[in-house]
Amino acid sequence: MSRYPTVKHAKNRQLPYTVLAVVFLAIMLFPVYWMMNTSLQPGPSAVNATFIPLHPSFAAYRQAISDQLGNMETSLLIAFGTVIVTLAVATPAAYGLAKFKLPFGRGVMLALLISQMIPGIVIANSLYTVYVKLGLLNSVLGLVLADSSSAIPFAILILCAFMQSIPPSLVEAARVDGAGHWRAFWSIVVPVSRNSIITAALFSFLFAWSDFVFALTMTTSNTFRPLSLGIYDYLGSNVQSWAPVMATATLASVPAIILLVFAQRYISAGTLGGAVK
Amino acid sequence: MALSVSKVARNVSPVETRVGRGRKRRPLELATQLVFVLPAVVYLCLFFGYPLAKNLVMSFQNYTTSTFFTGDAPWVGFANYVSVFKDPLFKTTVINTVLFTAGSIAGQFVIGMALALFFKRHFPLSGILRSLLLLPWLLPLIASSSIWKWMLDQDSGVLNQTLLFFHVISSPVPWLSSPNFALVSVIMVNIWLGIPFNATILYSGLQGVPEELYEAGSLDGATGWKAFRYITWPNLRPVVSVVLVLGVVYTLKVLDIILGLTGGGPANATQTLATNSYQQSFVQFSFGTGAAISNVLVVTSLVFALVYLRLNRRAIDE
Repeated sequence: MSRYPTVKHAKNRQLPYTVLAVVFLAIMLFPVYWMMNTSLQPGPSAVNATFIPLHPSFAAYRQAISDQLGNMETSLLIAFGTVIVTLAVATPAAYGLAKFKLPFGRGVMLALLISQMIPGIVIANSLYTVYVKLGLLNSVLGLVLADSSSAIPFAILILCAFMQSIPPSLVEAARVDGAGHWRAFWSIVVPVSRNSIITAALFSFLFAWSDFVFALTMTTSNTFRPLSLGIYDYLGSNVQSWAPVMATATLASVPAIILLVFAQRYISAGTLGGAVK
Repeated sequence: MALSVSKVARNVSPVETRVGRGRKRRPLELATQLVFVLPAVVYLCLFFGYPLAKNLVMSFQNYTTSTFFTGDAPWVGFANYVSVFKDPLFKTTVINTVLFTAGSIAGQFVIGMALALFFKRHFPLSGILRSLLLLPWLLPLIASSSIWKWMLDQDSGVLNQTLLFFHVISSPVPWLSSPNFALVSVIMVNIWLGIPFNATILYSGLQGVPEELYEAGSLDGATGWKAFRYITWPNLRPVVSVVLVLGVVYTLKVLDIILGLTGGGPANATQTLATNSYQQSFVQFSFGTGAAISNVLVVTSLVFALVYLRLNRRAIDE
């Protein structure tokens, strides 16, 4: 109290920090700005690009979309597929690990933690030989399964952390009413965990949408290419015009930006407040 | 309610309640519970257990493209490992991996820590600004690589243009095309990518340091640097160790950024264990050698993973 005589005074003293933070954030996010700026200036060469898109043009986006539309569809399919497989496997598992005292529960948790630390290229190395045999190369299914392998451990850990906080009385009430484990899970646990399930789904989507390692190693054709490979192909050739590349990168960044703007609340929202009274 | 009670009455017959509880129910109950976890366990075995085991086997075989047609993968003992360790490239990749990891972690951690301490002051808009900081972390890595490849472009990239404009440099720096600069540039980009992660985890760690400690400390004259040295740092140690170890494990994995920016070049200046494993298997199609390098990578990662688990347990115990 004595240090800050009035609220207004305190705010004024804090203002330089806000300014400093904005400056730093501007530096950190400059690459993102530069990506968008370049994508709107499809000039013949980069040298005459300006720091602000004074004469914005969407020509680069037209080219990016005509080059990458098929790849984007592939990536979308893979991302949605990964979300479905991940949630289907991870949600019950997380509940089981959080609430049942299973004999090897701790071991599974340990394996989940370690699995997140194994480099993707190591998995890809031997997965490739399996995919060749099973004919899963160049397929949406193959990439969905591979991408889910990195999304599932993460999703289980997120969901498990939340489900541990579900009061046992909530599930027991349903069990006393005669519901089996699955019914209790489906009608009580899943609705109550909605927000953490959405969080897990969003991150699974981002994982699969951004995946590069599996896309690179589990594809051999020129026609089946997820968006991340579309960008990589641009970089492999000698880039003449950067505007379409940056337009593609911008399109690839859209899900991340949407997540950051709209999904913040899913991470922090607690649903349990009014569930048990 | 009445309905569900009658349901229970119907389902649980008197005999079952007497006998079932003790013997018959338990195995069934356990089986039902196991079904919840089973798919995840199967998944772990198929996509982590099996590949790791298969890699181990492959590293002792001459496994090439022809293996896919003939099914023949002759045993070669330690030949793959010998050829990997004898190759002068191996030494280069190990040195690069160490430099890349150490450089990235040092930069990410110091800047991340500074930001975490800074955001702890809760100035106006700090919440929004802190969440915006996460953006570089959420972008697809290959998209970020493409942005940086463009910004670091020798002739028309914005970095050289700006530095030339302010006369910081007299001629364009070949950021990615010279063996002298490439590794530094790649580290720079990786630091940029890692700052949000470090800042976020360290920030949440700082929230856990009780405010009373600072109040008590300030009475004893511990403010500013002294408060950091004697209050913040000791209390943050568990979080710091976790951040550093996770940082190492995640940096060892990095493939997207290096392949996108330099492809491991020029002249292998940015070739790491991860990129070299990729090159051996998926460019040279020598899967046996690729597996051998992969195993070196796995062992390194697992050492740090174990350190992480130990620290994590201690952090929880405390």
